[in-house]
Amino acid sequence: MMDATTLSGEAIAAGSLAPARRRLSWLMLSPAVGLLAVWAFVPLAMTLVYSFRRYNLLYPERNGFVGIRNYEYLLSDPSFWTAILNTLVLVLGVLAVTIVLGTVFSLLLNQNFPGRAAARLMVIAPFFVLPPVAALIWKNLLFDPLNGFIAWLLHLAGLPAIAWFTHVPMLALMVIVAWEWTPFATLILLTALQSLDPEQLEAARMDGAGPTNRVIYIVLPHLARPAAITIMMESIFLLSIFAEILTTTAGGPGEATTTLTYLIYIRALLNFDIGGASAAGVLAIVLANIVAFFLMRAVARNLEA
Amino acid sequence: MAKLELRKVGKFYGGFEAVKSVDLTVEDREFVVFVGPSGCGKTTLLRMIAGLEDISSGELFIDGARANAVPPDKRGLAMVFQSYALYPHMTVAGNMGFALKMAGAPKAEIAEKVQEAARVLQLEPLLNRRPRMLSGGQRQRVAIGRAIVRSPKGFLFDEPLSNLDAALRVQMRTELVKLHQALAATMIYVTHDQVEAMTMADRIVVLEGGRVAQVGTPLELYHRPANLFVAGFIGSPKMNFLSARAVAIGPRETTLELAPDRVLAFPSPAPALAIAPGAAVTLGVRPEHLRFVESGPLRGVVDVVEHLGVETLVYVKESSGGTVIVRTDDLSRVRQGETVSLALHPDRGSLFDTAGDALFHLSPT
Ligand SMILES: Nc1ncnc2c1ncn2[C@@H]1O[C@H](COP(=O)(O)OP(=O)(O)O)[C@@H](O)[C@H]1O
Ligand SMILES: [Mg+2]
Repeated sequence: MMDATTLSGEAIAAGSLAPARRRLSWLMLSPAVGLLAVWAFVPLAMTLVYSFRRYNLLYPERNGFVGIRNYEYLLSDPSFWTAILNTLVLVLGVLAVTIVLGTVFSLLLNQNFPGRAAARLMVIAPFFVLPPVAALIWKNLLFDPLNGFIAWLLHLAGLPAIAWFTHVPMLALMVIVAWEWTPFATLILLTALQSLDPEQLEAARMDGAGPTNRVIYIVLPHLARPAAITIMMESIFLLSIFAEILTTTAGGPGEATTTLTYLIYIRALLNFDIGGASAAGVLAIVLANIVAFFLMRAVARNLEA
Repeated sequence: MAKLELRKVGKFYGGFEAVKSVDLTVEDREFVVFVGPSGCGKTTLLRMIAGLEDISSGELFIDGARANAVPPDKRGLAMVFQSYALYPHMTVAGNMGFALKMAGAPKAEIAEKVQEAARVLQLEPLLNRRPRMLSGGQRQRVAIGRAIVRSPKGFLFDEPLSNLDAALRVQMRTELVKLHQALAATMIYVTHDQVEAMTMADRIVVLEGGRVAQVGTPLELYHRPANLFVAGFIGSPKMNFLSARAVAIGPRETTLELAPDRVLAFPSPAPALAIAPGAAVTLGVRPEHLRFVESGPLRGVVDVVEHLGVETLVYVKESSGGTVIVRTDDLSRVRQGETVSLALHPDRGSLFDTAGDALFHLSPT
């Protein structure tokens, strides 16, 4: 009885109080919504606006609307195309390496062996190292041609040292980034392996599939979907790799490691060309969306299968 | 064709003994059902036969050859898992042909054998589907089809029907029996459902706590249970157990006392019962072997009456305290709350000693 009256009372009140309540709820929501707006939409809108304006910090008085001139200039600039190519090489290369290594590590770490917990922790650990720190560790402790660990190993093997960032800068950068992101792939794929129904493996065993065939026909197909998701999530982060480049090669030598993200940095903060940098930023967003579109399609197809 | 022999087969998980010294021979083309409550070691025993689990102690022989160390795919046995364990990313045809593919059979031969099995199981229209797109019953058929295609010497089933609804379960039950006849292969079938065991088996192995409680044909187990566990497990509703005392064990007649001044006499078996007069015993009587009479050795008040249509189950609160279930088709006499008297079928029933082992059976077989 009590419940019924309270309920109907509330229902009646709700009719007249609704606008006030809605105002209150908007008021309560507004800090979060406002923060999100300021954080996401304002920079995006400003970038769009700047990309159509002449805006160079060295000549702040010469500004104004210039239409698509910033874009024309950028698309006709060979540096832009180099940056796009570098970005694709870095992202696709790192994706390939992390997925392959992640699969291998997750398969190994899914076995039973003494010290498995410790091994898992060690494989996951690089993920918790901040990007600039990771880059500096590799640059100074491992890749250094005079005092680096790899140079020492090469010396032991009687081979000459390699100046990594001079001779193979993109490869060196890819090694660092792959080292940072392999744990992520390993972690997701390992979790996926643990969700594989052991009876499927046993059925395959009874069907005469040896260890290799069980991996090829049962385990790898099971990993296809989590691998697609890993690729999608990693691409989002890899497209915006920055700290590693800044702390090692600074985009060089020449433009060998200048990615789109790094090009925007050069344009905006070294050349003070806010308009040009904004145009590159907009194109980077477009590029990211194209990548995301194809990845989403691939993942969706995977989810259906 | 396969004859399986288990000699003192046991399984330890660490210090826990899941299967205890099982001796069993499964004849060629026999349909044997392992039955028992959950956790009694049925799956473990089956997996040891399949080769998916190491045999801790004892020996397994397949067609006379010791098979303890033979890998699962070389034992010539196919297994149908409870979860079906179909390969989700392969089509039905891919699932069924997988073993042949692994064996390196030519594509044409695989296709032919898959087609043949699909025909037997009426799976032909589904061959290009994935398991995800199939109903539970269809998945079940594919799992069986995957086993058939290998042309194994023997089939192992682990609770294959437990994920199906009741109607489908009954249908698949008869289909499996027909399949057994058609394939003429040895089959071992695990279930916790005694109805499945009774309806399908040539012989039933009842397991209790990792030990074999009894092996026998369905009717042997029903009429001559070796112990209280089997007596209570086989048959639904359960066998009634009445505590009694042996008062007189004569050469011609044995007399039990169910309660003071309520005695029951029956012809003594030969050889005579190996118990002392005065010993406590348990009398087991199946519900259909009790009749309502004017004046009988059992008396009580009708507690619940369940009309099932073809029969009626009457729960009688007996004067000594326990509940006795009576299965009858006589609907006229009983009403709830009524005081009734019961008589036992003159030559049905089992007598158990205090350890729970059967002393003797009054039975037709
Ligand atoms: N891998 C395992 N490790 C430890 N104990 C197990 C394992 N598998 C089964 N058991 C135990 O062995 C007993 C028998 O299990 P199981 O054969 O699965 O029973 P059932 O199939 O009759 O229900 C159970 O008590 C179970 O807990
Ligand atoms: Mg089981």
